[in-house]
Amino acid sequence: MIRIEPRQAPSRLMTLGIPVLSAVVALALAAIPLAFAGAGIATAYQEMFKGIFGSVFAFTEMLTRATPLIFTGLAAALAFRARLWNIGAEGQLYLGAMAAVAVGAGAVDAPGFVLIPLVILFGCAAGAVGMAVPTVLKSRFGADEVVTTLLLNFVILIFLQMMLEGPLKDPMGLGWPQSPPILDQGMLPPLMDRMRVHSGFIIALVAAGVAQFMLVRSVWGFKLRAVGENAAAARHAGIRVNRSMMSVALVSGALAGMAGVSEVAGLKGYLTADLSPGFGYTGIVVAMLAGLSPAGVVVSALFIASVFVGADSMSRAMGVSSYLADLVVSMSLICVLIGGFTARYRITRVKPLRGEGA
Amino acid sequence: MTQQKILSLNGLSKRFGSVIANDAVSLELHKGEVLALLGENGAGKTTLMNMLFGHYMPDEGSVDVADEEGNLRPLALGHPQAALQAGIGMVHQHFTLAENLNALDNIVLGSEPLRMLRRDRAGARAKIERIMAHTGLTAHLDVPVGKMSVGERQRVEILKALYRDVRILVLDEPTAVLTPQEADTLFSNIGAMTREGLSVIFISHKLREVLAFSHQIAVLRHGVKVGEIATADANERVIARMMVGADTQETPREAMEPGKPVLKLENISVVGRSKRDTLENVSLTVRRHEILGIAGVSGNGQSALAGLISGLTRPSGGSIVVDHIGITEHHPQTMIREGVGRIPEDRHHDGIVGAMSVAENMVIERLDDPEVQSRGLLKHDAISANADRLAADYDVRGPGVNARARLLSGGNIQKMILARVFEQNPKLILANQPTRGLDMGAAAEVARRLLEARARGAGIVLISEDLDEVLSLADRVMVIHDGELIEANTRDREKIGLMMAGEMA
Repeated sequence: MIRIEPRQAPSRLMTLGIPVLSAVVALALAAIPLAFAGAGIATAYQEMFKGIFGSVFAFTEMLTRATPLIFTGLAAALAFRARLWNIGAEGQLYLGAMAAVAVGAGAVDAPGFVLIPLVILFGCAAGAVGMAVPTVLKSRFGADEVVTTLLLNFVILIFLQMMLEGPLKDPMGLGWPQSPPILDQGMLPPLMDRMRVHSGFIIALVAAGVAQFMLVRSVWGFKLRAVGENAAAARHAGIRVNRSMMSVALVSGALAGMAGVSEVAGLKGYLTADLSPGFGYTGIVVAMLAGLSPAGVVVSALFIASVFVGADSMSRAMGVSSYLADLVVSMSLICVLIGGFTARYRITRVKPLRGEGA
Repeated sequence: MTQQKILSLNGLSKRFGSVIANDAVSLELHKGEVLALLGENGAGKTTLMNMLFGHYMPDEGSVDVADEEGNLRPLALGHPQAALQAGIGMVHQHFTLAENLNALDNIVLGSEPLRMLRRDRAGARAKIERIMAHTGLTAHLDVPVGKMSVGERQRVEILKALYRDVRILVLDEPTAVLTPQEADTLFSNIGAMTREGLSVIFISHKLREVLAFSHQIAVLRHGVKVGEIATADANERVIARMMVGADTQETPREAMEPGKPVLKLENISVVGRSKRDTLENVSLTVRRHEILGIAGVSGNGQSALAGLISGLTRPSGGSIVVDHIGITEHHPQTMIREGVGRIPEDRHHDGIVGAMSVAENMVIERLDDPEVQSRGLLKHDAISANADRLAADYDVRGPGVNARARLLSGGNIQKMILARVFEQNPKLILANQPTRGLDMGAAAEVARRLLEARARGAGIVLISEDLDEVLSLADRVMVIHDGELIEANTRDREKIGLMMAGEMA
C-alpha cells in the first residue's frame, strides 16, 4: 500500500531545484518524439541551443519573445496568489493594445516623453478594466471568474475584429484589418541598433522587481497573500477581502494590458488580430513554472521563450515540426506540477497490516 | 432483546499528541439492543466510533464482533473494510450521498463489484423494497436524492447500510437535522429494526430522546466512560449529572465588582441558513471586570452570536453597542477598531493563515498600526521583534517565529492567538470554545489569561459547550438554546444541564 503524506516543510533546495530539474526532464522527454521525427537528437538540441545563444540576434530575439511573457506571467502570478483565477490575460492584452493604438496612432500629437507614458497609462487602464468586470461579477454575484475571464477573451477578440474593420482601421492599410501605426515618437525605444529587442523588456524586468518587492514587503502584498492562503482567516482578521481582490485584479489586468502595449508599441507598431500567439495563456504556464513568484516569472519566461525561439530555429534547420516547442513547454509544466507535488508530499510505502480480510 | 452479546469494545484508548480522546473505554452491545452513547461535544463519542470503523487505529484495546453463528471474533482494527465485512454500518451526521443519483443508485452504489458489467437493478430493488416493508423506512427510490427532504435522505442512508446486511448500525446524532415528527418516525423505525434482530448504537446529546428510545445508556465525558445505566433505571436528573459531572475544580479567582457595560446587544435577531446560525431576539449586557459564560449544546445559535461579536455576521434587527459606540458597519475591522478581541472557535480555519509565518500572523489584525508599517511598507524588523517578544511572553513554542504558522501544534496556535488578542488590551473579548482540543496545560493557560484580562478591566463573553469551563470561569451564566438566550440565575449544573437540553425555559 502506498501512502501520501504532507512534508513538514519543503526544503529550500527542493523549491529551487525542482523547477530546474523539471525543465531538464522535460527536455529529455522531448527527445523521444524528436527521435520519432527522424532527427538526430544531439544535432537537434545543438541547433536549438544555437538558435538561442548562437548570435547576438538570436539572443535578443529570445529576449523580445520573453517580454510579453513576463508581463502576462506576472499578471497570472499575482492574481493566482490571491486565488483569483485570471484566465483572461489574452483578452486584457488586446484591450491594452487597442487602447495603445487608440491613443498613440495620431489621436494625441505630443512629444515622446508625454506620448509614451500616455500610451502605457491607457493600455494598462484598459487591461485593468478588462479584469475589473469579472471581479465585480465574482464579488457581487459569485460568478466563477475562471469562466467569465476565459469567455471574455473571445468577446474581446470579436470586439477587436470589429474595431479593426471600423474605428481603428487604417485608411492607408490597403483594406487589411489593421490599425494605423503608432506615431514614431510614441514607440518604446529599441535597446540595440538593428535588433528588435526594445525597452519594454526593461519595463518588464522593473515590473517583476516591483511586484516581488510589493508582494513580500508591502501591506498590500501581505493582504493579498493572506486572502489567497486563507480568505476566512483574512476576513476574520479584519482584512477587506473583496477590496483586496479588486486591487489585485486591477494590477493583474494592467500587467496583461501592458503586454499588449509592449507588443504593439515596442515591436509591431500597429495592431492586427494576430498580435498575440496566445501570450495570455502561455503566461499562466510561465506563472505556474515560477511557482507564482514574480522574480521566478522572469526566469521561467526566459526559459519558455528560449524553448519557443530555439525550437523554431531547430525546426528550420532540421525540418521537424515547430510544434515540438509546444510539446516541451507542456511537458515542463507537467513535470513541474509533478515535481511540486513531490516537494510538498512524501510518498511512502506502508506494509499492509496482518489480519486483514476478516 | 436477548442477552446474546454481539459487540464488545475492550479498553479502547486513543491519544492525539498530548490530548487523550478516549481513555480505556469499554462497551458491550447485545442483539436487538439500542445503546445510547451520550456525551457533550468533544467527549470522545466520534473518536470511539471512528476506531470501531477502522478510521483511527487505537493506541490500546481491542474489539470483538459476533459472526453469523454468534461467536465473538476479534476485529482487525484500522481497516474500514473489515468493519463493513463484520456487519457494522454507520450513518454519519453529514450524509454521504450523491445528490444527482436517485435513491436506488445511491443505496446500491459501492456494493456491486466493479468488474460486473450488467447490473441487477430489479434484484436490488426487490431487496430494498423487502427491507422497507420490514422496517417501515420509506423512500422514493427513483427520485434524485438532491430533491429529497433531510429526513428522507437520512432514511436512504439507513437503507444503504441495511442493504449491506449490517447487524450493527451506528447512528451519529441522527435527530440533529430532523423535525420532532421526523424524529418520532425514525425511532419507531428503529424499534421495528431491532425486533428483526438489528443492534443499534445511537450517539446523541438529547436527554429526552435517549430516555424514550434506548435500552441502555453509556455516558462519555472527557474521553472516559463515566457511567452506564439501564434506561429503565434512569431519569433526566441522573443522566444530566453524569453528563456534566459532579466534580467542580474551582480555578482560583477573586471576586470583582462589575464596572460599566462594554457590550450591549438589544433585541438582536440573525436570520441564518440553519438553526446553528440563527438568533431570535437576543439581548445581553457584559460589563467590565465580568466574564459572561454562554452555555449550550452546539448548534443552538452560538455561531451566530460569535459571528455577530466578531463582526462577521450582520444582524437582521436590533442594536449592538460596544462601549457607548453603536456598531453600524458589521465588519471584523470595525470590531477590532472598537477594541474587541476575538478568539475564534475554529482556530485553524479562522484564526491563522497557515501558510504565512508566525510573526506575520501575530500582526495580521493591525496592519494599519504605524508600529507594523509605514507608508504601506511592512517594518520587517519590528514585526520580528514583536513576534520574538510575544512568543517569549506567551510561551509559544515551535520551529521559530519565521516558520509557517501551520507547523505549530494546536495549543501553540491558540497561545499565538491569545498573544495577538491580549496584547492589544481589548475592552471586550470574545472567547469561543477557547480550550477545545487543548491539553490540560494549554487549557489552564487560556483560563489564566482570561482571568488576567478580567482583572485588567475587560469584559469577556465566553462561549463554551463545556459546562465545567463555564462554571469555573464565568461570573454570570446564560444558556443558549434554539437561538434564544436565557439568564441561568443558578449555578446548579443539573438545572443548567436541563436548560441546555431545552427541558426548562
